[in-house]
Amino acid sequence: MTDLIWLVPALPLAGAVALLLAGKPLRRIAGGLASLLVGASFVVSVLVLIDLLGVGAEERTVAVKIFDWISVGSFEAPVELRVDPLSMVMALTVTGVGFLIHVYSIDYMHGDPRYSRYFAYLNLFVAAMLTLVLANNLVLLYVGWEGVGLCSYLLIAFWFERRAAADAGKKAFIVTRIGDTAMLIGIFLAFSTTGSVRFDEVFGAAGGLASGTATAIALLLFAGAVGKSAQLPLHVWLPDAMEGPTPVSALIHAATMVTAGVYLVVRAHAIFEASEVALGVVAVVGIVTAVYAGLSAIGQDDLKRVLAYSTISQLGYMFLAAGVGAYAVAIFHLVAHAFFKALLFLSAGSVMHATDGVIDVTRLGGLRRRMPVTAASFAVGGLALAGIPLLVGFFSKDQILAAAYEAGRTGLWITGLVAAFITAIYITRAYLLTFEGEPRSELHPHESPALMSVPMAVLGVGAVLGGLLGASAQTGRVQRFLGPVVGEPEAHAAAGALSEVGLSVIASAVAVGGIALAWALYGSGRVDWQALRARFGGARRALSRGFYVDDAYGALLVTPGKAAASFSASVLDTRVVDGAVNGIGRAFVRLAGVGRRLQTGLVRTYALAFLLGAAALVLVLVVRT
Amino acid sequence: MSSFPWLTVTVFLPLAGAVVLLALTPLPRRRPEAGGYGADDPWRWVAFLVSSATFVVSLGILTEFRAEPGFQLVEEAGWVGPLNIRYVLGLDGISLFMVLLTTFLMPLAILASWRVERQVPYFMASLLALETAMLGAFVALDLLLFFVFFEGLLFPMYLVIGIWGSGRRVYAAVKFFLFTMAGSALLLVAILFLAFRSETALGGMTFDLRQLVGMDLPATTARWLFLAFFVAFAVKVPLFPLHTWLPDAHTEAPTAGSVILAGVLLKLGAYGLIRFNLTLFPDASEDFRGLVTTLAVIGIVYGAVVALIQTDIKRLVAYSSVSHLGFVVLGIFAGTLQGMSGGVIQMVNHGLSTGALFLIVGMLYDRTHTRDLARLGGLARRTPVLAGVFLVVALSSLGLPGLNGFVGELLILLGTFDASRLPAVIAATGVVLSAIYLLWAYQRSMHGDLPAELESTPDLSGREYAYMVPILVAIVAIGVFPKPLLDRIEPAADRHVRLIAVEPSSADVVRAAGGD
Amino acid sequence: MRTPIAFFLVVSALLFTIGTVGVLVRRNALVIFMSIELQLNAVNLTLIAFSRQLGEVNGQVLAFFSMVVAAAEVVVGLAIIVAIFRRRVSANVDDINLLRW
Repeated sequence: MTDLIWLVPALPLAGAVALLLAGKPLRRIAGGLASLLVGASFVVSVLVLIDLLGVGAEERTVAVKIFDWISVGSFEAPVELRVDPLSMVMALTVTGVGFLIHVYSIDYMHGDPRYSRYFAYLNLFVAAMLTLVLANNLVLLYVGWEGVGLCSYLLIAFWFERRAAADAGKKAFIVTRIGDTAMLIGIFLAFSTTGSVRFDEVFGAAGGLASGTATAIALLLFAGAVGKSAQLPLHVWLPDAMEGPTPVSALIHAATMVTAGVYLVVRAHAIFEASEVALGVVAVVGIVTAVYAGLSAIGQDDLKRVLAYSTISQLGYMFLAAGVGAYAVAIFHLVAHAFFKALLFLSAGSVMHATDGVIDVTRLGGLRRRMPVTAASFAVGGLALAGIPLLVGFFSKDQILAAAYEAGRTGLWITGLVAAFITAIYITRAYLLTFEGEPRSELHPHESPALMSVPMAVLGVGAVLGGLLGASAQTGRVQRFLGPVVGEPEAHAAAGALSEVGLSVIASAVAVGGIALAWALYGSGRVDWQALRARFGGARRALSRGFYVDDAYGALLVTPGKAAASFSASVLDTRVVDGAVNGIGRAFVRLAGVGRRLQTGLVRTYALAFLLGAAALVLVLVVRT
Repeated sequence: MSSFPWLTVTVFLPLAGAVVLLALTPLPRRRPEAGGYGADDPWRWVAFLVSSATFVVSLGILTEFRAEPGFQLVEEAGWVGPLNIRYVLGLDGISLFMVLLTTFLMPLAILASWRVERQVPYFMASLLALETAMLGAFVALDLLLFFVFFEGLLFPMYLVIGIWGSGRRVYAAVKFFLFTMAGSALLLVAILFLAFRSETALGGMTFDLRQLVGMDLPATTARWLFLAFFVAFAVKVPLFPLHTWLPDAHTEAPTAGSVILAGVLLKLGAYGLIRFNLTLFPDASEDFRGLVTTLAVIGIVYGAVVALIQTDIKRLVAYSSVSHLGFVVLGIFAGTLQGMSGGVIQMVNHGLSTGALFLIVGMLYDRTHTRDLARLGGLARRTPVLAGVFLVVALSSLGLPGLNGFVGELLILLGTFDASRLPAVIAATGVVLSAIYLLWAYQRSMHGDLPAELESTPDLSGREYAYMVPILVAIVAIGVFPKPLLDRIEPAADRHVRLIAVEPSSADVVRAAGGD
Repeated sequence: MRTPIAFFLVVSALLFTIGTVGVLVRRNALVIFMSIELQLNAVNLTLIAFSRQLGEVNGQVLAFFSMVVAAAEVVVGLAIIVAIFRRRVSANVDDINLLRW
């Protein structure tokens, strides 16, 4: 079965090609076909997983070479897939969540004029994402990496008639490409120091690298991760990316693509471990982003933007986990997050579907009575996100905080708790304003059809029961399965004073506290939150604009950049460079203007000159002899 | 292997076609505009068939070609006896793909100029004559023969821009001509110098590249000669700061002219750098590597930055060429096998993707009669296929993995990085910038609101499919499976790299110690 | 007794000078033309004189050659002058200034 791994990316790719080339004839079955292919891809992944579980833990890494791609001299980048626990966990998450979201989209996108195109892009995305996680060398990983970026661009700008959507798509592509380019340089550096781009060789050589080189490679790769996973300072594209259709936000901008950065750090952990600095940077960037994005999420009125900032914040958590060396936990949180965040997005999509696109929480309210399934889904997702005990998010987040604490990084641990507190606040606020209280506008929402509800229910079950797969950092199934790839989880002899149970209690208390505070503000009816909004307008605006980071980029980079470009084009190129050329031309014209005075045009003048010349020559001859 | 003169036939078939075309043409009527040339006239078909036949013959070259480093399919004959100027043709892995690119693009360019109505037979004859000159320059191994072809392509190109161009076409044509001539003058002097030198150094005057290679030159002389060759080719490439003719020529040329100019003519500059500068003056090439690399990097960033704010889409694409050709030169002078191979394959890629971009600009212009991005918009709704094609080509041009542009860019940057890091890092910013200007152009023309006057814009016609589909297929094929190209390029690239190979950097030592 | 070569050369020099002065001072194209012929013939005379002096035929061959060239020149030149005269009713070289800057 393992040899058939190529089918996993190939099936959705085939779907994408078919739907792009024959979109019109296939229109009626586009959604079904696309879902079916991703479903088949999921089934193949499961079969491969079963194969993998059948062999000993040490033999679970298989490389399947498909064909030679680019090979020149000592540089070889084959199309070679890697089957190992890490790639299989990712592949299952991508195909599993991807399948559910495909199904959800069938109804959600029904009636869109570019229905086939939508599923073509979605399939292409799944194919690219699978290439990314299954690649066995850095260059092929980069192929998937850019491929998902392209699909992200296409899908964000799917409704390209809207200027905002087109702009957001372009912004996403360009901002992430800045990170990607740094990553590409990291790949070059890896090749030029280790002589290969294959994972085994590069990571195998990581231990022997000079620490400066290792730091450089790790940080360059991390720059790619920062772009793709929307971490500070390259996070600005993700909130705007919410212009895309909501299932796209769920799949690409919550569950899968944005987690690619985490995957990369975990995959390349050997290099990161070779450098103290790099791991520290990962952890700090992660935690700062987590707090920053959490605060920004509180200020958002657009439900999808709340979720977008929430995603940024949760990705920060994952980087924190990776940064303190808890790779398996990072991946577990990644999987858990894929479930509950996809669930939240699909619920938000369900709301949009019902309200004809109204998504401003200040205009919603009281939707629970009209849309019980959606409200329940959102609640489950929200509780999981907040980290309420026994839901999947509790386990994963708890393990991250515990890992930080046990690594002796108390500062990170405390900041992580603050971020958890903020998380509980913003998600409770979003829920209460949307689903509870009295309706604040004249809308006639209705519950969504079955094809949308069922995927939500499945994800809901995942968000509730997922914890069973990884209840403990040491003994959880996911963590132990990942062990051979990312290093066995060590049982820390509790470095600090607190036991694991104690840590869990503190984390839960913080989450409950956050929920309680948000409820007091937005749900109890005792506080007039609208008055508070007006009172703290400045602070609210700062939060809602993400502390003006985007505006600062506009003022500091984009505007001067444009000015420089237009200076180059209109002054430098036309005046100086081309001007020099034209100047030479003019100089010759002037010289010629002098020279042509000699040419009188009178034949007799020439004849006289001729005669004088001849006479002079004769004279010279005579004098010389 | 076979005695069939593949190269001669390929090179001169288009010229023969041009002669036939002119012979069949009645003398120009007193007022050709009034008489006009209708759609049923056979001239377009004759030209198309001749160029297609040339392509088919060139496929024969491909089947005869073996992946070996030396020159193949060599044909020799005497030409100007007393000076020992000989008719020597031959090709290696580098020129092979230049020849194929030329023969591949020409029929498509002719298809794209179906709507040219003025003086059609002369237009087609110019294009065919141009094809012969370009092909000849790619396979000539005698320096003077090369020079004849190299100069010979100026005249038809000059006519194509000057007669069938738009707007300030005469200005553009004259500028193109003067820039190139200025370079060529130095080239001729240098060639003659080499030949006269060979009389004493090799015991007999020769213009044959293969013999001149072995000639010992004093370092200073070699440097001057290098510069003379370099200027001639740098103008063609074009390398900053000799590029200003290019935006004008591209912008005013008719679609077919732009396609050929970008697709093939510019490659001649880069090709010349490999074939003559590196081969004849390897030591001088090493001396000047820093200078050339610097110019290439400046060109990459500068071309991209200037492209950022162009509102004329054709000018934008023209400046993007400056940037992309900078990559090619960077790779060629990297002194690593990856860089050289990447440079060569990137010449092919640039020919395909920029050629295709100009075809698309031509299609846009045919429909909207404007090249001003500000007056375009929202076309993706009316013309989804055109939009899709544009997007694929733009992505190929900005180096998206899976399409052809990535293969070249990756190898070039990798090869350069291996040799010297800073230039590669600066050049990599060009990758980001190219995404900005290409997506900007795409968005301005395809996304957003559709102006009312473009409401009834038609999508691709059958003829347009006919010339876009082959290019798209090539773009995807090279992106997914570049091996057939790389395998044939590598031996020849290796031969050239050995001439200027860089000392292994400290990193390589580590690599060697680590063991493979 | 042979005529000394100096005699020929003096005649030739005289003829040549007359021709030169004619070319320089006259304005009628036809007269200028005749003066040029005079110069040519002066040279021919020199050639033949030397040929005789040295006892070689080279000079005579060259003289024939120059006569042929002169004949050809007359054909073309006269045709042009006649054509111009027909058009402009003047053979004055100063009037023919169309291509002058």
